[in-house]
Amino acid sequence: MQVTSSVREPLITGGKTLKDVTHDVSRQVEGKPTLGWILGLLVAVGVLLLGSLALVATLWEGIGMWGLNKTVGWAWDITNFVWWVGIGHAGTLISAVLLLFRQKWRMAINRAAEAMTIFAVICAAMFPVIHMGRPWLGAYWALPLPNTFGSLWVNFNSPLLWDVFAISTYFSVSLVFWYIGLIPDFATIRDRATGLRRTIYGALSFGWDGAAKTWSRYESVALILAGLATPLVLSVHTIVSFDFATSVIPGWHTTIFPPYFVAGAIFSGFAMVLTLMIITRKLFKLEDYITIGHIELMNIVIIITGSIVGIAYITEFFIAWYSGVAAEQYAFMNRAFGPYAWAYWSMMTCNVISPQLFWFKKIRTSIVATFALSIVVNIGMWFERFVIIVTSLHRDYLPSSWAMFYPTISDVGVYLFTFGLFFTLFLLFAKFFPVINMAEVKSIVKSSSEKVNK
Amino acid sequence: MERDKNFVLGVFEDEDVLLDAVSKVRESGVKIHEVYSPFPVHGIDDVLGYKRSRLPIAAFLFGILGTTLALTMQFYMMKIDWPMIIGGKDHAGLPNFIPVTFELTVLLAAFGMVGVFMISSNLKPWAQPRIFDLRITDDKHVMAIDLATNASIGEAQIGEILKSSGASEVNNKSFE
Repeated sequence: MQVTSSVREPLITGGKTLKDVTHDVSRQVEGKPTLGWILGLLVAVGVLLLGSLALVATLWEGIGMWGLNKTVGWAWDITNFVWWVGIGHAGTLISAVLLLFRQKWRMAINRAAEAMTIFAVICAAMFPVIHMGRPWLGAYWALPLPNTFGSLWVNFNSPLLWDVFAISTYFSVSLVFWYIGLIPDFATIRDRATGLRRTIYGALSFGWDGAAKTWSRYESVALILAGLATPLVLSVHTIVSFDFATSVIPGWHTTIFPPYFVAGAIFSGFAMVLTLMIITRKLFKLEDYITIGHIELMNIVIIITGSIVGIAYITEFFIAWYSGVAAEQYAFMNRAFGPYAWAYWSMMTCNVISPQLFWFKKIRTSIVATFALSIVVNIGMWFERFVIIVTSLHRDYLPSSWAMFYPTISDVGVYLFTFGLFFTLFLLFAKFFPVINMAEVKSIVKSSSEKVNK
Repeated sequence: MERDKNFVLGVFEDEDVLLDAVSKVRESGVKIHEVYSPFPVHGIDDVLGYKRSRLPIAAFLFGILGTTLALTMQFYMMKIDWPMIIGGKDHAGLPNFIPVTFELTVLLAAFGMVGVFMISSNLKPWAQPRIFDLRITDDKHVMAIDLATNASIGEAQIGEILKSSGASEVNNKSFE
């Protein structure tokens, strides 16, 4: 039995019926692409092509094309990697953790957020592969493959190898979770279509017929996958943080990293979900499904995780002082007041101060303010990773080897390439796949629409 | 009459009416072939008398397999096949193997369970489903009743039972 509270805001507005849900979501899959979508795709593919020049140059010439030097061996590559992986945390968090907590507002946004996760992880995974320098040999360095070096295996004691397993497992499980959810919706599109579209969506829908027995199994698969994906989400950024935390570099060697990285990942992931959802709901006229209520709830998650991240920054600073270790103290003073102070204070402003604006209900329910702040958070989180990586490396134990990092056009170009790839994939998804999980939304039409609460 | 060919379909608009109808139809002695819905209706497996899915058990077994494979692989590679001696010790300790073990456990559990689900529910790209009504994936719930298994009751009476339990339409459907 469904119990609804009369004070609870409806999740679906506009008095939608089941048929309206099917129609509103299937409409953009079946209709001709809109001008906005075509222009968006052209820009995305343009950026992709432009960036691929830098990518090809890097692959051909080697990573000497980047601004790295003997002191700063990781800079934009790993910054971008951690940034994209962080963004890739929101999708599975929304669909898995919120499913376990029975948060029904997830249903309107989980499909697009999961797609975003998958595309962000693809972009992220590119960087460790490219930064190996000779990626065509990468499989031997990253995977336990039998080889002719006397079977010298990969080192399972290395956090970098754990990361390979974490990212690839996360990607595969998220992909499966996403696809299982898509099957019933592909069947909806199949049953509305004729001709070639019917054949294509028929194959994609895997012969779904909506039988109660299958739905029962489907629900049990979704629940177990959510149960598996929840610790998986938390493990991925934990293991990413091990890449740094298990080293002996001052500024990296801290036990606070795993929870701090996970909070930061959720923070940046939700910011990117907001950026994309605000555009998607407008472009596809889905305002009745992705309501101001949804935006407000996501902004609340941003306040919470942003505050956790803020406390982590301050704790790190305090512990550096309290440790009494001169190198550690210097690393943090250098971060805040050294040559990269501008990056540090950009990070502090974007990540710690700006999300606090969401305490005002007017701001967190304003679409314009949310959109602007979501981009600010994304910028701030990029700077966080840049600050952690570059400021810790550029002045290490030996003052004679101190150096600065200056990005080259190839650094910028490869980053642009991932942007082009991400938006191309997202736009293709938004056109050809149902962007809202129709089946799940239909299951709450009766209990959470405006009609019932009136 | 041959089984699994000729069906009476009761079309329902509302999931709560459907849930009551399933109980009523079953009480009147009619055997339900299957109920088709556009979204998961909670509690329908109970009223239809379906047993709980055993897929969690499959997930658990595949998970155990993942744990075993991961630990065996790591200890074989790092301890038996090519021990790396650092400081007089081969660095093959359980704590360092936990992350990869965890990831492979999750990977095998997820893929194994989904594989079993696909096979048990006959989900495959080339599957040709029997579609009782195109509106099943849109906005209607359909209760399919096989005429052959309910031969003693008769088509007219089944239609009556469906109507009285809340079906908005009663249709016939035959498959070749």
